Amino acid sequence: MCAVIRIVEPILKTENLRVEFRSKEVGGGVKVALNGLNLAVYPGETFGFLGPNGAGKTTTMNVLLGFVNATSGDAFLFGQNVREPIARQRIGYLPELTYYYKFLTAEELLRFYARIFNIPKSEREQRIDAVLKLVELDHARKRQIKTYSKGMQQRVGLAQALINNPDLLILDEPTSGLDPIGRMKVREIIQRLKNEGKTVFFSSHELGEVETICDRVAILHQGELKREGQVSDIVREYNCDLEQAFLRIIGHTPQSAAAAEANPQPQAA
Amino acid sequence: MNAIWAIAIVVLKEMIRRKDFYVLFIITALITLVMGSINIFNDQSIAGYLKELALLLIWVCSLVIAIATTARQLYAEKENRTIFPLLAKPVSRAQLLLGKFFGCWLACGGALLVFYLFLAIVAASREHSLDVGSYVIAMLLHWSALAVVVGMALLGSIVFAAPSSNGTICFIVAVAILWLERHLNTVALQTGGILGTITYLVYFITPRLDWAFDAREFLIFHDPMPGFTVLGPALLFYAAYASMLLLTAWVLFRRRALNT
Repeated sequence: MCAVIRIVEPILKTENLRVEFRSKEVGGGVKVALNGLNLAVYPGETFGFLGPNGAGKTTTMNVLLGFVNATSGDAFLFGQNVREPIARQRIGYLPELTYYYKFLTAEELLRFYARIFNIPKSEREQRIDAVLKLVELDHARKRQIKTYSKGMQQRVGLAQALINNPDLLILDEPTSGLDPIGRMKVREIIQRLKNEGKTVFFSSHELGEVETICDRVAILHQGELKREGQVSDIVREYNCDLEQAFLRIIGHTPQSAAAAEANPQPQAA
Repeated sequence: MNAIWAIAIVVLKEMIRRKDFYVLFIITALITLVMGSINIFNDQSIAGYLKELALLLIWVCSLVIAIATTARQLYAEKENRTIFPLLAKPVSRAQLLLGKFFGCWLACGGALLVFYLFLAIVAASREHSLDVGSYVIAMLLHWSALAVVVGMALLGSIVFAAPSSNGTICFIVAVAILWLERHLNTVALQTGGILGTITYLVYFITPRLDWAFDAREFLIFHDPMPGFTVLGPALLFYAAYASMLLLTAWVLFRRRALNT
């Protein structure tokens, strides 16, 4: 039996991350959204970040992207503390269900984001061509985004996440709300990025998709990390598919689901 | 600087592609042209009345454009969730605010240019003379005063919960300043006591938008134009006031949690 020792530095790291939200109601108390989260994602990995609604996935992403400050603990991207804007120079982020500036065309939108990254003009146009081809929106590049379908909007979102040729992609439920064809297209793009050696960190409720694409997963429940490991190891350990293993890890039973519905927890984020 | 400029360009494109500006310009143009076509008893001073009316309309329209364009910026970013991919890039919140500010202010400048050009053409057609310098100075003062209004609306979009409340409050405050400020020191003198002191305080802390509004005097009545010693400090005052509003907006916005 030999242990695998990682000698590469993680691209994404959190150390004892804790996030608390104070209720706005008088005497509402404090809700712990994340409790001592330790995560490490390594170069080239496709990492699935799983958990039921309200588990703390989006809060973790919000901290990583600098939208929310951690109450305690630290988070790092490429060794830089996420509080520094420079930490986000080499990442691409696709939020869930975003309605991009509808008065812009896809080409203009990508030019806008490319300018932010200070990509030189000559390289900028090549990059826009490449990402529009990758997300199969080349034919609609001169159309205003308001004319796009939901699937096309999600793909333009992926294109903006890729405009700086990022080393790390953070995707928040990238296939949420899409029809089967839209899902398949987004999944194919993620697969292609994985084959190119990009590191992908994504949250999803589509566990079948996660099982197909991801190398490793982390399962979060009520703000705590319940399990982290290789998809194949988890599936083998529980002797079932990832969905069944997930339900067992978070302690889901029909009785617990009924109890949760009877006493719903307020959502922090 | 690249990020600020990139954000400002998107704001400008939004104004060009929305209908607000065109609708306001057409209304102003129609009212001015209809009034200009009326000739009562061959009154030679009709051009002065015409300019006064057109300038009032231009002021109202410019306030509507400045406030409506600015007040919706941050709300739209949050509502459409575009603020998240934007701030997930190497863009600081200060750069976002500055980009929005310059975009809105430049948009106002573009709109003012069209309005003043129209006014100059209409006035010249009636007066058969054109003093370009006075139009340039009036527009410059007007544009500088709008920097304060844009800063106010941007700060309001962080303080108030909805764009409609922000827009309404900013518009009322701007009109109140234009209308009442010039009388505040007289009121303070007459009132005296604590109320007088408070009125004086309000007089000194409110931005003097009326300075720019009074530029009408040399456009309508051909009063002597202000020299650089008057114009320079007025422009500096507006710049300083707008900077102070932006700084306050940044202090409030920089640590605010944004939950996706």
